[in-house]
Amino acid sequence: MNPVSRVGRWIGDHLVLAGGLLVLVYLLVPNAIVVLMSFNDNSEARNVYAFQSFTLDNWLNPCKPSGLCSALGTSIQISLLATVVATIIGTMVAFALVRHRFTGRKAANVLIFLPMAAPEIVLGSSLLSLFVAVGLGGRLGFWTIFVAHVMFCLSFVVVTVKARLGGLSENLEQAAMDLYANEAQTFWKITFPLVFPGILGAALLSFSLSFDDFIITNLNAGQTVTFPMFVWGSAQRGVPMQVNVVGTLMFVIALAIVIVGEVQSRRRQNTLA
Amino acid sequence: MSDVVAPRRRGPSVAAWLLLPGAIWLALFFVVPFYSLVATSLFDPNGSVLSGYEVTWHFANFSDALRDHWRPLVRSLVYAGIATSFCLVLGYLLAYAIAFKAGRWKTLLLVMVIAPFFTSFLVRTLSWKLILADNGWVVDALQAVHVLGPEDRLLATPVAVIAGLTYNFLPFMVLPLYASLEKIDLRLIEAAQDLHANPFVAFFKVTWPLSLPGVAAGTMLTFIPAAGDYINAQLLGSPNERMIGNIIQNLFTTTGDYAAAGALSVILMALILVLIMTWVRKAGAEDLV
Repeated sequence: MNPVSRVGRWIGDHLVLAGGLLVLVYLLVPNAIVVLMSFNDNSEARNVYAFQSFTLDNWLNPCKPSGLCSALGTSIQISLLATVVATIIGTMVAFALVRHRFTGRKAANVLIFLPMAAPEIVLGSSLLSLFVAVGLGGRLGFWTIFVAHVMFCLSFVVVTVKARLGGLSENLEQAAMDLYANEAQTFWKITFPLVFPGILGAALLSFSLSFDDFIITNLNAGQTVTFPMFVWGSAQRGVPMQVNVVGTLMFVIALAIVIVGEVQSRRRQNTLA
Repeated sequence: MSDVVAPRRRGPSVAAWLLLPGAIWLALFFVVPFYSLVATSLFDPNGSVLSGYEVTWHFANFSDALRDHWRPLVRSLVYAGIATSFCLVLGYLLAYAIAFKAGRWKTLLLVMVIAPFFTSFLVRTLSWKLILADNGWVVDALQAVHVLGPEDRLLATPVAVIAGLTYNFLPFMVLPLYASLEKIDLRLIEAAQDLHANPFVAFFKVTWPLSLPGVAAGTMLTFIPAAGDYINAQLLGSPNERMIGNIIQNLFTTTGDYAAAGALSVILMALILVLIMTWVRKAGAEDLV
């Protein structure tokens, strides 16, 4: 092997991996800081965002800052509701797109893609324009946020479920039909369980998109305050450290869900093998 | 929906019924609003929330908006462009490492790429305030090696805003890049090496061209949200780093100047579409959708 390619290979093997891991560190440091700051006592200087001294206070009294827990409650309600609706109608669209051939299918695919390609500020201001135009300008709140969230979650659900459905071979379904299962039986006993992990993934994705959205929500929220809006509002005066408790909890819960899901799918694969 | 033909199974009406709720939702809350936004951008600028607005085909809204706000508009595109190039370099490195060098740690590393999303965007962005703080270790270290002068800071500068944008949208680059690197048949790279291409040549002649669909998708998914973002500019920057999102948001909610805000939104969308179309065509990934 000539020296150039030997050097190249060494770089390939070691530097690339090391570089990639450094990039991961860049991605994950803020999460570590969120955990750290959840134990921060900032009573010395409220508007300085720095670690001052250790305390368990934030964890013991997460609802102490006024408005935090009600904002959190609002966010959870909206996200749950938006997730259920977006997951159901998005899954239906995904089935239509993958399992049926019809004219306008391509146009439907583009329509699904567009909301993901438009910047949030444009989606948010469009919706606000509409709400104002139909006279809802003074009644912005829970329901206008809900409508907006379903709209932008929908595309992500369709894409996620489509990916799962597309990768599914139809052999099992055909086998079921050959064994005299009718269409409904085949769907509920074979297709649905196979697609279910994709639907679940889509639901988790929509929940986190909805829960985390700020830009679209802020334009269409009126007086309603969601968790990200609470953080935004308090960023001007000094953020209560309890928001880091919420951040840490979200992180732990989401991580647990992913790990459990991964372990289960591995176990299932092992039993199938 | 009556023009449905040739179903693979079940009746054509099944497809129509499946599509209906989603289609209605997107029509009412995505297509119609966009029309409404364009109408708003042509409002009589003398209208107000109280007196009502009228569509007077006031095209001057566009030139007025550009005249008043071209700086944040250009700044948004420049910041988003720089952040996207950083994302491409960093994201490629990470995606390549995961796809080809991670072995059995692949899944774990992929989970770590999306792990930042598990915590609130705003709360994570606030963490950068601490990392880049004036007496934080990053600033101290950069001052020690004289990259920064003793009085220089990172917070409230373009550096902080671009670092924040790069950080926040990096996973959107890594995931599509990984997806397209993963698909590459390793035998192609081996073949190049058998034909005496050194690893660098093999990379630029084989791996890079094959990963272009991922590059196109990743740059798009990074650039678009970065150009419209104003959270990083607001939390990590000063008024000098304000981006177009800040302006649109303020015009809508604080000033109540709907006509100008609408015009700016339409301009932003149009600029992004033009840039993306040119770019996607260049990168040769038209079949992205």
